[in-house]
Amino acid sequence: MYTVHHKESFWAKYIFSTDHKIIGLQYGITSLVWLLFGFTLMMIMRYQLAYPESPVPFIGGLLGDGGILPSEMYNSLGVMHGTIMIFLGVVPLAFGAFGNYFLPLQIGAIDMAFPKLNASSYWMYFVGSVIMVIGFFVPGGAANSGWTSYPPLANIATMGQTVWLFGMVMLITSSLLGSINILVTVIQLRTDGMTWLKLPIFVWGQFITAFLLILAFPPLEAAGVLQLMDRLAGTSFFMPSGLVVSGEVMTNAGGGSPLLWQHLFWFLAHPEVYVLILPAFGIVTEVMANNIRKPIWGYKALVYSMIFLGFMSFIVWAHHMYLTGMGTTIGAFFQTTTMIISIPSVVILTALLISLWGGSIRFNTPMLFALGFLPMFGIGGLTGLPLGLAASDIHLHDTYYVIGHFHYVVAPGTIFALFAGIYYWFPKMTGKRTNETLGKLHFFFSFIFMNGVFMPMFVQGLAGVSRRLWDGGEVYAHAADYLYLNEVMSVSAWLLGLAQIFFIVNMIISLKGEKTGEVNPWNATTLDWTDTTSPPLGHGNFEKIPVVHRGPYEYSVPGSKVDFIPQSEKG
Amino acid sequence: MDIPFTVKNRPDTGLYNGKLGVWLFLASEVMLFGGLFSAYIFLRTGAESWPIGADILNVPLATLNTLFLISSSVTMVMSWASLKLNDLKKFKLYLGLTFLLATAFLVVKYFEYSAKFHHHLYPSTNNFLGIYFTMTGLHMLHVIGGMIVIFYFLVPGVKMWDSNPSRFINRIEIIGLYWHFVDLIWIFLFPVLYLL
Repeated sequence: MYTVHHKESFWAKYIFSTDHKIIGLQYGITSLVWLLFGFTLMMIMRYQLAYPESPVPFIGGLLGDGGILPSEMYNSLGVMHGTIMIFLGVVPLAFGAFGNYFLPLQIGAIDMAFPKLNASSYWMYFVGSVIMVIGFFVPGGAANSGWTSYPPLANIATMGQTVWLFGMVMLITSSLLGSINILVTVIQLRTDGMTWLKLPIFVWGQFITAFLLILAFPPLEAAGVLQLMDRLAGTSFFMPSGLVVSGEVMTNAGGGSPLLWQHLFWFLAHPEVYVLILPAFGIVTEVMANNIRKPIWGYKALVYSMIFLGFMSFIVWAHHMYLTGMGTTIGAFFQTTTMIISIPSVVILTALLISLWGGSIRFNTPMLFALGFLPMFGIGGLTGLPLGLAASDIHLHDTYYVIGHFHYVVAPGTIFALFAGIYYWFPKMTGKRTNETLGKLHFFFSFIFMNGVFMPMFVQGLAGVSRRLWDGGEVYAHAADYLYLNEVMSVSAWLLGLAQIFFIVNMIISLKGEKTGEVNPWNATTLDWTDTTSPPLGHGNFEKIPVVHRGPYEYSVPGSKVDFIPQSEKG
Repeated sequence: MDIPFTVKNRPDTGLYNGKLGVWLFLASEVMLFGGLFSAYIFLRTGAESWPIGADILNVPLATLNTLFLISSSVTMVMSWASLKLNDLKKFKLYLGLTFLLATAFLVVKYFEYSAKFHHHLYPSTNNFLGIYFTMTGLHMLHVIGGMIVIFYFLVPGVKMWDSNPSRFINRIEIIGLYWHFVDLIWIFLFPVLYLL
């Protein structure tokens, strides 16, 4: 039963809370720590890439003999960077933190539908993430077969891979519970008058993301179980007959197929791309609508595009596998679906771009991050097209071009959107304002160095430099002219790391600052700002459950005295 | 303040929260077992040779197990219906029977597994046995999970009947839906692994 607590202890209030806002904060803080950790792993790797086989300063002693990053450990760091950034960082932040905290507020619900399930989903995520990192301490180090864990390499890898699989099973279960909660909350707990087409785009983004998670993650869980069986029970699901490893024929029964893993893996991992991007669309739309002071252009087009995107994302997965010899007919099918799925993405981006037209734009920190998102995601999306066509993919497959492409989507794309969201909702969570100067410094330095890291990757990739190279590509004579870029990228990455200090300092001094007492500092229209009291919000969120009378973005309505009309205002 | 629609149906969806939740959970379970069935098809079509299930596995025992599970689904519905008819005694009887039938299923499964191990047939022997042990093993975990919940509603959880009967009926309906799903998975597993 859901009861209002009084005088709770610290543990009951902040650690084992079932309040969606506290759980959202738990998700947020944990995932930000993991993001920083995952980024640190990459900063270590970038040292080896820029200055191959020279001792890493400061932390070299932890790494190996003479402070040089050993190649096995380089592989581990690569796997863990990818896994941590996606499964421990971005998704829990975008979906777990923002979804938990703001989705119930925006639909006028007093909590998520299943508060206890919500808490257990966070704790499963926490345990799963700890298991992941335990991998570093087992013999042979953490998983080192690529974040995609392709067999047969992953089947014969060291113990770290088993730990990785157990961690993944926990994380998958956690996100299944979280998505069921989000879906039921949106379907069942919308307040009176909150019809589907009055939902803020943020809620739509979370809603479709949740559908993707419950339908795409289980096949990876199945694949994880099969790989665990291969590793622990000696089955051969992913082991072909007559496999020779280090000159010795493997003794397992054989008859399995490494391709099976790739299919199951990408059946998750392509929808996962949209799991990363749809919440970002939602956040950017909220921030933009608020700061252009006019309605979003094409609300319905946005909604239908997002639904279509979600649906299509299930039938494009094999465009990651053109080089497996799948045959031209299947290749043609997946090329076609891949080209089709780019259409709704373009519709969404265009709608947001056109929304700027004629707006009276406020260039505050959240808006800058949202504006930065648009071209960065655009670059990420457009550079994906050559990868979606088999003929050009053959040249670009497994090169730095691919790395550049998906980092543009996720790093200056989704992560910028997440920063926008953090700055935008900070007053809601704390009742305080962030420092604008530090915020803007954070944005501009991040923007410059993000491009410094990822833009040269396209050049290197087109020149044919493979990904996952320990020596930074020194073996490639044909790419020798482009290897100096390694240093450019590495220095940019470290400076990007330094730029995050603005963010951390900003958070600390803003948290120490005075409460402003404003309930709706941005003059926003959605229920999270207009109908809740000033923070901290208690259990139940609303003093009186709001009733919705109008759409989410009624800014600058002609004839109105103020330039925003809350969703709950009668009209 | 209570969360709405934990007991009553929301008018526009006709569902209470838990029921929608369990349907969504079952949708994800369909994808989980769907992934495994796809793996089975993928492996079998790609294999040079694939044994006929009936030659290796014990079809009569599996038929008996199918009977056990189908009957347990029937008793599950009866227990829910008894609650609706306000008959707690019969509810306990039928839910207890469901639990017993599930136990019988596990006992038979235990004999099946140990017979295989006795003949040195392991998951690693070939991919048919590998997928057999993986899928039936995962199914068995689902049965055990269901039994834990059934036991909870049978013994400690039944006190909710006094405090909030309509919510308790909902809970039995939800575990019932899950139980039918576990039954349904077996009805797919039986022909696919034992007969085809």
